[in-house]
Amino acid sequence: MGDHAHGPAKGLSRWLFTTNHKDIGTMYLWFSFAMFILGGSFAMIIRAELFQPGMQLVEPGFFNQMTTLHGLVMVFGAIMPSFVGLANWMIPMMIGAPDMALPRMNNWSFWILPPAFLMLASTLFMEGGAPGFGWTFYAPLSTTYAPPSVTFFIFAIHILGLSSIMGSINIIATVMNMRAPGMSYMKMPLFVWTWLITAFLLVAVMPVLAGAVTMMLMDIHFGTSFFSAAGGGDPVLFQHIFWFFGHPEVYIIILPAFGVVSQIIPAFSRKPLFGYDSMVYATAAIAFLSFIVWAHHMYTVGMPIAGELFFMYATMLIAVPTGVKVFNWVTTMWRGSLSFETPMLFCVGFLILFTIGGFTGLMLSIAPADFQYHDSYFVVAHFHYVMVAGAVFSMSAAVYYWLPKWCGRMYNETMGKTHFWISFIGFNITFFPQHFVGLAGMPRRIPDYALQFADFNMMSSIGAFIYGASQILFLYNVVATIVSGKPVSDDKVWDGAEGLEWTVPTPAPYHTFEVPPKIDPAHAHT
Amino acid sequence: MTAQSSPGHEPYYVPEQSKMAVFATIGLVLSVFGAATGINDLTFGEPDQPASWTVMNIGLLVFIATLFIWFRMAIRENIAGMNSAQLKKSYVLGMFWFIFSEFMFFVAFFGALFYVRNLAGPWLGGEGDGGRMNGLLWEGFQFSWPMTQTPQEAVGGAGSQVIANNGSFTSARTSMAFAEASAWYAWLPLWNTIILLSSSVTVHIAHMGILDGDRRKFHKWLGLTVLLGVIFLSLQIAEYYEAYAHFGLTLNSGIYGSTFFMLTGFHGFHVLMGTTMLGIQLLRSMRGGHFTSDDHFGFEASSWYWHFVDVVWVFLFLFVYIL
Repeated sequence: MGDHAHGPAKGLSRWLFTTNHKDIGTMYLWFSFAMFILGGSFAMIIRAELFQPGMQLVEPGFFNQMTTLHGLVMVFGAIMPSFVGLANWMIPMMIGAPDMALPRMNNWSFWILPPAFLMLASTLFMEGGAPGFGWTFYAPLSTTYAPPSVTFFIFAIHILGLSSIMGSINIIATVMNMRAPGMSYMKMPLFVWTWLITAFLLVAVMPVLAGAVTMMLMDIHFGTSFFSAAGGGDPVLFQHIFWFFGHPEVYIIILPAFGVVSQIIPAFSRKPLFGYDSMVYATAAIAFLSFIVWAHHMYTVGMPIAGELFFMYATMLIAVPTGVKVFNWVTTMWRGSLSFETPMLFCVGFLILFTIGGFTGLMLSIAPADFQYHDSYFVVAHFHYVMVAGAVFSMSAAVYYWLPKWCGRMYNETMGKTHFWISFIGFNITFFPQHFVGLAGMPRRIPDYALQFADFNMMSSIGAFIYGASQILFLYNVVATIVSGKPVSDDKVWDGAEGLEWTVPTPAPYHTFEVPPKIDPAHAHT
Repeated sequence: MTAQSSPGHEPYYVPEQSKMAVFATIGLVLSVFGAATGINDLTFGEPDQPASWTVMNIGLLVFIATLFIWFRMAIRENIAGMNSAQLKKSYVLGMFWFIFSEFMFFVAFFGALFYVRNLAGPWLGGEGDGGRMNGLLWEGFQFSWPMTQTPQEAVGGAGSQVIANNGSFTSARTSMAFAEASAWYAWLPLWNTIILLSSSVTVHIAHMGILDGDRRKFHKWLGLTVLLGVIFLSLQIAEYYEAYAHFGLTLNSGIYGSTFFMLTGFHGFHVLMGTTMLGIQLLRSMRGGHFTSDDHFGFEASSWYWHFVDVVWVFLFLFVYIL
């Protein structure tokens, strides 16, 4: 119990031993950016190989390792930790709490991540190479035919799951227990709501993933036959268990992004969020539906027709709450006093591109049509529209929006807008043509392709290099802001921003809300 | 805290710094890395490389020592009165959601059991739209549960080695299912059910003891609970010995052996954890005089965990042994 005005400890021990939610949030954010660069460099290798038809740069086996590690690093290393970092920074400040509920465990949740990814990346240098069975690691590719390094992959997944579960328990306990007096659930900022529901999804499905990799471990090393028909098991069982985790996982990635957009669009529309209550209910509905749609990833696996129909209709239902959200964001902007600073640009980009990704998702949900689209580049285009233009764009928006509050300095607006436009154009050049080559039959995860796909693939590769380069501009802008950005001192950096985080000084002091703030009961929601 | 407190607000204790996370990380990573290297040596390389197991054991020691110090620290903070009511509620929520995550871990294995028994198994045996594979690959395989013959055995001959990717899945001679009504008293799972159900009652009586401030009653019934846990584990070891030595039921016994050992094995591991947790609470009370009638969260959390393990067993008994 130190002095009220104390600051952080000095040197490395500040970061190793910290219990401060802002320090831990910062570490998560930097770690996720490092992983974003690592996973991005894998993507650059993929696009370089696919620049022209024929084998260009890498061996097919190594290409498979690149697609696998690109997916794993981006999903588990870049996107998920980035939103956990944001949750750490923002949730206590948004609900008026002094810190996360369980600060020491919070630190542990972070510190097991870097060694886990070190272990995962080290498989590249092991005998037999890194895992090359795709980020979905379907059996028997990941069991019978896996390289020995699969064991390290399995344990890395176990550690990542442990980190996610502990992080989520912390978030749930914080939101349920640490809200300032007077902040009822229906007064919470929407980012807090989406994270509460995301954390619930994580606690529910990460153990299932742990179960799946444990069965793999047993099949590979200890003679069980979960995924081997010769012993009475079934490789398709793996897919069911994996996607029972995997489908909620995509909402784990996108729900916090929804939360970010729901904070930023009202701020730059200078209007309260339209349909707050329906936003909350829609988020909960999406979370519920995410548990009963998993097999739409496996329409072509040979399910009974009743299964195909059930999963098709259940999947289509998700369009309803998602539509509610999109319409609410648009209606928030309607007749607002709009301005388009960088965070808002990224949110509008999110809104347009995520909706495209949603529509292609709806196309893929139609079981008979999916027989055509399955495992084609159409699928690759679809999920990059939701993962990159959805999650990563909203993450960029969040960084620009809250960075002045975090470090007390303003980023360079011109550079930010340039980053947005290069990202937006580069992203669309990369992934829009992939819809066409996919519909025309180009399969995913193959290092070579038929000649008729050459032009669109070259476009994709050029777009990918542009998008990749724009992230360096992003990094430069953030570092330049922290080091020498123009100081800002207003508590409320953005004139239209609402919420408790804008009531504390800028930059946010090391400790905030050691005494809970008073919530104005007349305020609809913050 | 020197900060001015608003009336009626108890400060929430936020520790300044802690080395616990770093040591726990070192322990966890060493043990996991050692285990992975050791397992890989066994499967792919030379089996005789004790270095990896040494690394694993050192890691486990560091991990357990860290947990010990970490929990002791948390307990001391509570005794020193640093924990506000709000902080205690954080611990309650943490334990609840931890148990929920454990529950979901078992859901994965029960899901595998249901899928194999009700869908994949019958398809392998030739039923329904999925049944065409029976004639193509697994000619002669008939599905029953418990599985009396694996598909590999049904195909037989040299071809079955190829088809199983050099695996060897030989079904058990005898399953663990209830065999003869006349010999019910010799059926271990029934005894284990009785033991575990009674232990839930005894731990509840122990709880009532501490609520009344009756420490003798608390010690007696908690000690009995720990004893029942130990008996349960001993019987399960006996059962596993029987399975391997006399029933031919091993991890290699096809999907029946896989689901049987993984479900009962993970449950058994959780019983071990629960017994250890309750045993530590008993020691804390007997030697340290910990717990009062209105503050005994360490015991309460362990007892919730114990009830959870009990509920999982009820499902196990039903779906693994009886049905």
